[in-house]
Amino acid sequence: MRSLLLIILPLIGAVIAAMWPSNRTRPWLLPATALAHTALTMWLFFRPPAVAGNAWVGFDALARAVLPAVSLLFLGCAAYAVPYLRIREERQNRVFVTMLLAILGLLSAGHQARQLGVLWIATEGVTLATVPLLHFNGTPRAFEATWKYLLVGGTGIALSLLGSFCLGYASLYGGGRGDLTFVALAAQGVSLSRPWVLAAWVLLLVGYGTKMGLAPMNTWKPDTYGEAPGIVGALLAGGVTTVAFTALLRVRSVLGAAGEGAMADRTMVAIGLFSMLVAATFLLGSRNFKRMLAYSSVEQMGILILGAALGGAGVAAALFHVWSNALTKGSLFLSAGNLRRAAGSALVEEARGMCVLAPRSTGLFVTGMFAITALPPFAPFFSVLRVVRAALTEGHHAAVAMLLGCMLFAFFGMTRVVLRVAEGRPKAAARENARRFVESAGVIWPPLTMLGVSLWLGLFTPAVLLNAWTAAAAQLFPGR
Amino acid sequence: MSNGTVNLLIGLVMGLNLIALGSSRLPSLIRTISAQGVTLGVMPLVLAKGNIEWGLVLVALGTVAGKGLIIPALLRKATRAAAVEQENEPYIGFVSSLLLGAGGTIAAVALAGALPLLPEHAGVLLVPGAIASVLTGFILLIGRTKAISQVCGFLILENGIYLFGMLLIRSTPLMVESGILLDVTVGVFVIGIIVDRIQRAFDSLDTRNLTTLRE
Repeated sequence: MRSLLLIILPLIGAVIAAMWPSNRTRPWLLPATALAHTALTMWLFFRPPAVAGNAWVGFDALARAVLPAVSLLFLGCAAYAVPYLRIREERQNRVFVTMLLAILGLLSAGHQARQLGVLWIATEGVTLATVPLLHFNGTPRAFEATWKYLLVGGTGIALSLLGSFCLGYASLYGGGRGDLTFVALAAQGVSLSRPWVLAAWVLLLVGYGTKMGLAPMNTWKPDTYGEAPGIVGALLAGGVTTVAFTALLRVRSVLGAAGEGAMADRTMVAIGLFSMLVAATFLLGSRNFKRMLAYSSVEQMGILILGAALGGAGVAAALFHVWSNALTKGSLFLSAGNLRRAAGSALVEEARGMCVLAPRSTGLFVTGMFAITALPPFAPFFSVLRVVRAALTEGHHAAVAMLLGCMLFAFFGMTRVVLRVAEGRPKAAARENARRFVESAGVIWPPLTMLGVSLWLGLFTPAVLLNAWTAAAAQLFPGR
Repeated sequence: MSNGTVNLLIGLVMGLNLIALGSSRLPSLIRTISAQGVTLGVMPLVLAKGNIEWGLVLVALGTVAGKGLIIPALLRKATRAAAVEQENEPYIGFVSSLLLGAGGTIAAVALAGALPLLPEHAGVLLVPGAIASVLTGFILLIGRTKAISQVCGFLILENGIYLFGMLLIRSTPLMVESGILLDVTVGVFVIGIIVDRIQRAFDSLDTRNLTTLRE
């Protein structure tokens, strides 16, 4: 019941936001709902409910391992949204606030979905709810980004439905009774029809991989992240991608039961490393700091999917990386949003010398960049370290070499962009623009706190979280 | 009714795929889509072979209304709003698209042979029909430049998935029905075009102009 409340509460908030009369006070619904959601998540985290095996929705070990991170990310974004929407008071925010809250509800549903159909509906719902958010700025560039997001994301989501159908048919062919919960599918084990399972895996990997933004299905990401408001970028990079990742984890557990785990792992290693390679290549040539964050996100997704292919320890490490990525990326997107507002452009040539114009945001941005490129002592360093350790234990030496090489090049690419933004003499246009931008506490505290949590996670990874990640890995892949 | 009727309908869908690939005028493309939608709507009733339930009737009615009427009407509205009638310079020419589509259909039949089917589905062309439609959809998505043609491509791709869903409509109706959300996606696409058209001059509705965002 409490787990359903996690879904219903934000949706009720969305309905209230849709009816709320005042444009000025409506944004406060965001932190209010987010606080309630985080409190509820924490309660569920420390007192996890018993989940019936055949439940379609439930706060199971996997949801427990990732949903708190998403909830915290949303809380940070919600706190940032209040001053952000005050700056943008000229625009109607009814649709924006409503859709953000709806996304929180649907993300909670997606992370807790234990049935193939529910999972798909939640992911599709998130995709659709994001559309008006991307279009919030109303510029031709925003329209272009929205169009590409819908076209590529829509195709991906359609393919994942086709993949779900294939998995459903594999179960039907193997004598299943139409019970499409992941537990029931896994219980069917090797009686699942092999050709259909393989077809399903290909389609689901491509479909949900598109939502994650794995290469080569990452084409929508730079455009979308480049044009969307910072809050939306943060939620996409830390929350929406996570739903697709947990979806793939759940499907992977069925494949493991069907005896195709080794094949699935090979494809995931390949696609993960390819994503990292693509990300590193594009990061080296990036000239726009928001698009840079998108490619960095492709890189993080590569690390996640690589970790997921490395057995129990690897999955636990990947779940840790979900937290590192959500919080660090969230902080980066919000501070990048500040810089973009101060400079009036996200192009490196236009946004020089930001440490003069917006010193605090620049400090956050630079620190966040070092954190996400896995410099100690922030969380990404430790989660990547665990992924590397798992890969070495599994004997993937070449993969580790490639992972580290790509991370090094990504580091070069990102430092080049970020330091050029931070240093130098600001342009006159940017100087003029920055006069209208005030680095108020409201736009600094949320990214600062998220970065702080990332640091804390790295330095003092709580045992309770480590146990949660290991328990989720054990639930998905018993005996590995 | 026998498998013959079902296969006739699927054959019709596959024929409409080829017509869609060959048509350069948007109104005729939209007409093709609409006809395909109605054909698909009838499908669950024919497949039920006599024991028709309320749920199936609802799916059929919803499909005819959504794919056959509402979406084509929205698409027509969008063509009028944008004043585009013709797909002028497609990335993949019409003849090449047709050839690709025909090749894709043959490949679909071959590929379907590799996938085992339950006895009750053995004589039905649902799987090759579904794969052929998905491929057709992809050709239109990649090979056309006008936004509306691309939406039609997405719709055909989605129709292929719907066709596949017919295999599961008995065992997991809810999952198949959730495919309706894909129709909603199409609706969002088209409404997006119309809204954007009203908001500002988005001159040719040519996706080749959507190239501001790049490296």
